[in-house]
Amino acid sequence: MSSQNILKWGIRFYITLFFLYLFTPLIIMSAATFNDSRFPTISPWRGTTLKWFEELWNDSGMWQALSNSAIIAAGVLAIAVPIGVACALFLSTYRGGGKNFIYGLMLSPLLTPGVIIGISTLIFWRSMGVSGGIFLTIIAQTTFIAAYVMLMILARMQRFDRTLENAAFSLGATHLQVFRRITLPYLMPAILSAGVIAFLQSFENYNTTLFVKGYDTTLTVYIASKVRTGLTPAVNALGLILIVITVLLAAIYEIKRRHEARAAEQKAALADTAN
Amino acid sequence: MFKQLSDRFGPMVAIGILLLMLLWLVMLVVLPQVLMIDYSLRPNLPPSQIGGPNDNYTLSNYVTLFNNQIHQTIFFKTIWSSVLVTVCTLIVCYPLAYYLAKVATPRQAALCVLLLIIPFWINEILRTFSWFIILSYRGPLNALLLGMGFIDRPIRFLSGDGGVIIGMVYAYILFMVFPLYNAIESLDGNQIKAARNLGSGWIRTHYRIIIPHAKPGIATGCIMVFMLSAGSYAVPALLGSPGSRWFTQIIYNWFFEGGDWNQGAAYAFILLLLCIGFIVLVMRLFKVGLGDIAR
Repeated sequence: MSSQNILKWGIRFYITLFFLYLFTPLIIMSAATFNDSRFPTISPWRGTTLKWFEELWNDSGMWQALSNSAIIAAGVLAIAVPIGVACALFLSTYRGGGKNFIYGLMLSPLLTPGVIIGISTLIFWRSMGVSGGIFLTIIAQTTFIAAYVMLMILARMQRFDRTLENAAFSLGATHLQVFRRITLPYLMPAILSAGVIAFLQSFENYNTTLFVKGYDTTLTVYIASKVRTGLTPAVNALGLILIVITVLLAAIYEIKRRHEARAAEQKAALADTAN
Repeated sequence: MFKQLSDRFGPMVAIGILLLMLLWLVMLVVLPQVLMIDYSLRPNLPPSQIGGPNDNYTLSNYVTLFNNQIHQTIFFKTIWSSVLVTVCTLIVCYPLAYYLAKVATPRQAALCVLLLIIPFWINEILRTFSWFIILSYRGPLNALLLGMGFIDRPIRFLSGDGGVIIGMVYAYILFMVFPLYNAIESLDGNQIKAARNLGSGWIRTHYRIIIPHAKPGIATGCIMVFMLSAGSYAVPALLGSPGSRWFTQIIYNWFFEGGDWNQGAAYAFILLLLCIGFIVLVMRLFKVGLGDIAR
């Protein structure tokens, strides 16, 4: 065997190993859901059961946490998306001094550890008499999720052809008309995907939420507390359901993204032949 | 500032944009941080004495860390462990990112990226929990090792820092893969071919062509993984034990068990300084700017 071949097989082996490493833990966790054992494990296998789904279904604490997480995610969506869009519009319009500073400031929440965002939010709002709870969780999560939204909208905004707006102006459209009929529709796909990501980010957050949740529990906090006290495979059942939902969402998102990318490519190719 | 916005969007939308932006940057981003620093510089007083003669600025909350041997040990352990996690993820991810970006066919690469995205979307808590199951005393890993005869009795993986580091590498590895992949992908394949044609060996090609080009990606990956590791609460809480506490857990205890928010704020600010210090160090080391990182 030549050295080229050894290298090729070596790298294939490595890639296989990497994906095994990535997926085995998740598969083991999912499989443990069906084990009829009081503690979540796959060794030894004590028989296959679906009873842990039933236990999860009957757990009122889980439902409470789920509804809190949903309320928080909806709240984050409602605040972070408009902020992100506004900031992207600002960055794509403003030319002048201090722009780099403002941009850096907008990125800073992404480079700040989540626990610190939670702590500073907690301290700031307590000084105004607001204590931890659902409202504060929404605020704290918005702090960094808005930055993600901003980056995603900005990426699309950079490919925007401003002559479209100018054309509408010279045809007599008002500012509001241009904004509603040209700019916003163009941004819509990015706004939707940013919304999906904002929702997921909020739903999955733990490190920030932990500090500002007060006496309320979110789904991730519920899982973490169950792992440490009173762990049963019901937690695995919840994990399995969340994984399935996430995989579906990620697949839809990815298919949509690729579809758009292909459409954009075709458009570009068409434009090329037209020239 | 207002004129440029208003020329493009009209005064109404321009006001809306500026209001939303200011609301976010002032109320959510800047003021909370400022107040946290202010808190960290004040003594922990009963409510009746706040604003009184004893409420002076002091560095005593910061001195605590220097006087507390245990906290100091944990602080440095957090740094070294986070660096270790960062280095591990970089070493594991580089060959993969190179393969995806330059060796694999477009279809293979697309499939692999999709396979990478799926675990990326799954909750940090769940990914950590899956290792909790694997590493537990009566878990599958111990069963496997026992079955194969490598060990005589189960190992307590979850009682030291080892479990925490394994969990972190797993939880944050994808934050390294994607920046690396994006950076290497943008390299023109002809440069690699040219280097090969001019007689450069594999190691030299990587060292002189690919790694210099991938610098912004390496820097981004390292910054993200370090920050996530040093600031992680979930992983040490799930996979650690009282003997392997993380710096974030001490901060949490100041807030919710010690009831000393001023002290907690000081520790939180130290953690923030550590992360900023790491970012600056990496940017200097790799000679990249903030603009390269956000891409």
